[in-house]
Formats: sequence, structure tokens, C-alpha cells
Amino acid sequence: MRVSGHRLSIAALVGLAIIFVNVAAAVLAPWIAPYSPTSTVGSVWLPPGEEGFLLGTDQNGRDMLTRMLYGARTSIGIALTATILSFLLGSVLGFLAATVGGWLDQLLSRIVDTLMAIPVLILALLVLTALGSSIPVLIGVIAVLDSTRVFRLSRAVGMDIAVMEYVEAARLRGEGLWWIIRREILPNALPPLIAEFGLRFCFAFLLISSLSFLGLGVQPPFADWGGMVRDNAQALEFGLSAPLIPAAGIAVLTIGVNLVVDWMLGLQGRTMEDSR
Amino acid sequence: MILSLVAKRLALGVLTLWLVSLLIFAITEILPGDVATAILGQAATPETVAAIRNQLGLNEPAWWRYLQWLTGAIQGDFGISLANQRPVAPQILGRLENTLFLASVAAVIAVPLAISLGLIAAIKQHSLLDRTISLTTLASISVPEFFIAYLLIFFLAVQAGWFPSMARFDADMGFLEQLGVIVLPALTLVLVVLAHMMRMTRATVLNVMAQPFVEMAELKGVPKWRIVVQHALPNALAPIINVVALNLAYLVVGVIVVEVVFVYPGLGQFMVDAVARRDIPTVQACGLIFAAVYVTLNMLADIGAILANPRLRHPR
Repeated sequence: MRVSGHRLSIAALVGLAIIFVNVAAAVLAPWIAPYSPTSTVGSVWLPPGEEGFLLGTDQNGRDMLTRMLYGARTSIGIALTATILSFLLGSVLGFLAATVGGWLDQLLSRIVDTLMAIPVLILALLVLTALGSSIPVLIGVIAVLDSTRVFRLSRAVGMDIAVMEYVEAARLRGEGLWWIIRREILPNALPPLIAEFGLRFCFAFLLISSLSFLGLGVQPPFADWGGMVRDNAQALEFGLSAPLIPAAGIAVLTIGVNLVVDWMLGLQGRTMEDSR
Repeated sequence: MILSLVAKRLALGVLTLWLVSLLIFAITEILPGDVATAILGQAATPETVAAIRNQLGLNEPAWWRYLQWLTGAIQGDFGISLANQRPVAPQILGRLENTLFLASVAAVIAVPLAISLGLIAAIKQHSLLDRTISLTTLASISVPEFFIAYLLIFFLAVQAGWFPSMARFDADMGFLEQLGVIVLPALTLVLVVLAHMMRMTRATVLNVMAQPFVEMAELKGVPKWRIVVQHALPNALAPIINVVALNLAYLVVGVIVVEVVFVYPGLGQFMVDAVARRDIPTVQACGLIFAAVYVTLNMLADIGAILANPRLRHPR
């Protein structure tokens, strides 16, 4: 299989398959889920495979497979929305800083520096204390925190492109700022930005999972995978693996995305180290 | 020359800390949403709202509250907790010690292990160990901390029964007993940072090994281990110091989730509880401490690099 002239590695193929299955699960959840996500259908914490429950049941005797499918909707939905917003915000401001320069660049860069001087989880906790936890707040805070990294990359890539002769030529032709950003800078900055999109999605996905795991993310009755790990954690004491199922779900999807990202970065001669 | 560079970086660190304190205060106090109503719930009477606004000093201007908070914090006074009406600072102190203990045990194991494994991987490039490291790094940056933690609990605590699954930690325990209790949380933290630190060390050393002076030493017939120890390592020291400090900073944040998993009585768990109760003074204090440790470690990373690498002393 080839994508825009590049052969896919086996690892990247596996990654794409994982992403496809997860997205399909999230989109199709209401149609393929065997039960309702909120109704008790069996006894508490049945092990996987027992009484016809493929992934067992959770702490309230609800079907784990159904909860996983609906949880994928919440987790992936929040992470994806936050990532898209962070790209809109981060890349526009980043390209603007790179092309306009001067005081605007200084101001934006210093704000981003300060935001990045505090660990992301701490910042998220501070905002949640002030605003309380709701899905719009979660999406907003993750998007803003994620956009700082997008800003840095877009600005750096934009700087490299802004000094190219074709940009100079466009300027001399009298093209406007937006035209230059849209028609000259964006197409040339796209390959690194697409890889970054995968990394930022993983970051958003892990952050929302961690927050929900801490009990500060998605609130009941909605369930996401991080929250399911938290709710089922007690089962481990009885030697049952219930919380490992949603936890593994989180791990598998991020590994899948990272496999694809790793392949894309490889094509661009970059590595994961550059962009943690 | 070195001194002035270090002084400059120190000054920048202090400036960053100040900006961070401003940001922490701004987020928790100025964001929309009336804090007093949020704490008391929608059913609060106007009188109780007014009382709590008064206690929080919300009737004063924001800059004045910030100044009071900052001068207090510098002197170790973080105000009164909204949850139990007791001063925040003494409650935090013991928990901070516990967190530092857990993080230091993890660091003492992870740092030498990661550096030596990274060195071996660099010397034996393309070997089995080298490839294993590449694979595990990808997995370890993808996997949430709590997944590693629960896997360890499931297999080592529940199935094998070797270690306790909960860190029933007490400051009055003996040192060895304390170490026994925190085996699993410390191991989780080690695994979280190990692969990444190894891979960065490996990349750094390989980078130096590609330099002409290493090739020169090879052509002179210097044995491989001497090339690594005498020629490559001193030049790789600055980036390695950087790697270690960055990972320690990462450790300090990773500790929050790990403490919650193992019910370890540290600052991270304390902060999470305070966020759930919307106990603003406590959250501000914990946030400031975590951020300060993080900023300081990043600053030490840069200063270490300046001291270890003469080339950084002459900025172009």
C-alpha cells in the first residue's frame, strides 16, 4: 500500500488499522453495541467471555463492550475536537508571528513560553478548579494547552518558509498577508503539521484520559475510558482485570497513532525526540 | 564569563517563576464564574456567599490580593484552606516530603540505569538491546502512567503477591519499611521515564560518535571503550545533563497520577482532592510548588549544560 508515493511500513499499516477500528467503533457505537450503555445486564465484574459478555461486565453489571464503544465516542470526540481547535488557534497565530514578526511575535512567544513553563496537567487542574469540570471546559483547556506546541512548530516552520524567494516574490507582487499565509506558507508547512496533528491528538487523548482517571474529567452519566479505569479500579483487588480493559484501549489507540506518526516523521527525517 | 551567563539564566528563572505565579493566580481568581457560588453550590443564600467572599477577600481589588498572596507564599504562608479552615502550609509540608521521597527513590534508580543502558545501546548500535529500546520507547510515551501502574499491581501485587498494591505509607515507619511500601509506585515512575531517558542518551552519544575527532581516535587505534569514555562521554555530558533534568521535571508531574493509583499520601493526591473540592488556596499552593520544582529543574538543566559545555559559553 502506498500513500502519496511513499510505501507504508508494516508498523504504519498496523497503526492505521488500529485507528480505523477505533474511529469506526466511536462512530457506529449506537448501532453495533449489544446493550444499552446505562442498563444493568448481568452480575458485577463478570470476567471477559462469561455469560456471553465478550469483555465482561463493569462495577454496576453493565456490558463492558458496550461501555467501551460509547466511551470511545466520548474520549476520541473530546480529544479530536480539542486537537482541531488547537490547530486552528496555534497554526494561525504561529504563521502570523512568523510572517509579521516584531512586537506581535515577541508578545505571542513570551505568552507561550510562560504557558509552557508550567506542566500541562497542573495548568489543567488550575483551570478546572476555577471553572469546574464540564465537557466544553475540558475541550477548551486542552485545546489552549495543546495550541502552545502547535504555535511553536508553526512559527518555526513558518520562519523557514517566510524567508524563501517565492514568498518574497509574492510580497513584491503586492499579495496580502492572508493570501501569503494561505497560498504560500500553509501548503509548504503541511507535512510537518500533519505529523504534529497525530502527536497532539495523542497528547489530548492522554490528558483527557488522565483527568477523567483523576475524577476531574468527564462526569457521570457520560463515560470515557479514563473514567472507566477509575470506576473499575477496585476490581483488581479481587484479582479481576476489569480496569485493564479500558486502560489497554487507551494504550492501544495512542500506540497506533504514534506508529503512523513515527513513519511520517521518518519520511521527513525527524524523530519523536524532537517533539515530545 | 561563566558566572555572568549562569547569573543571567538564574535571573531568567526568577522572572519565569514570577510570571508563573501571576498566571496561577490569574487562572484561579480572575476567570469567569463566581468562586463563592461555585464552592457553596447553587442553593447558597446571599448571606453565606457574602461571608465566603469576605473570607476569600474577593471584595479587594485583584492586584492587591495577588500581592498579599505572593508575599505570603514567599514567606511560606499559603492562606487558609477552604475545606477544613486550617492553614494550608503545615498540611502541605509532610505531603511534599513524601512526594520528594518517592520521586527521589525513582530518580536514584532510573538515572544511572537509563544512562548506562543508553551508553551500551549506543556502543552496540543495531544490536538486540538497541532495537528493544527503540520499540519500548514508542510504547512508553504512548501508554498512560495508570496503565503501567495497574499492570504492575495486577501481576506483581495481586497475582504474585510480592508487593503491597496500596502504598500505606507512614512518616513514622523505618526507612527500609518505607522503601518496601513504595516499591510499586517507584517502579512505575522508573518505567515511565526510563525508556525515554535511555533513547535520548543513546541519540546524544551517537551524535557525538559521528564527529570527526572520534573517527580520528578510531584511526589512531584507540580501543572502543576508551573512545566512548574519554572522547565521546565528556562531549555528550551537557546534553545528558539536560536529558536527566528534563526527565526529572517530567517525573514530578507523573507522580500525581501514580500517587492517586497507589493512594500514596503525597502532594499530588492532595492537590487532586483539593481540585475536586475547589479549595482554591490549597490548589494555588500545590500548583505553585509543582510549577516551581518544574521551572527550577529546567533552569538547572540549562545551567548544567552551560557548565559542562564550553561552547555554550560563547553565544553567537
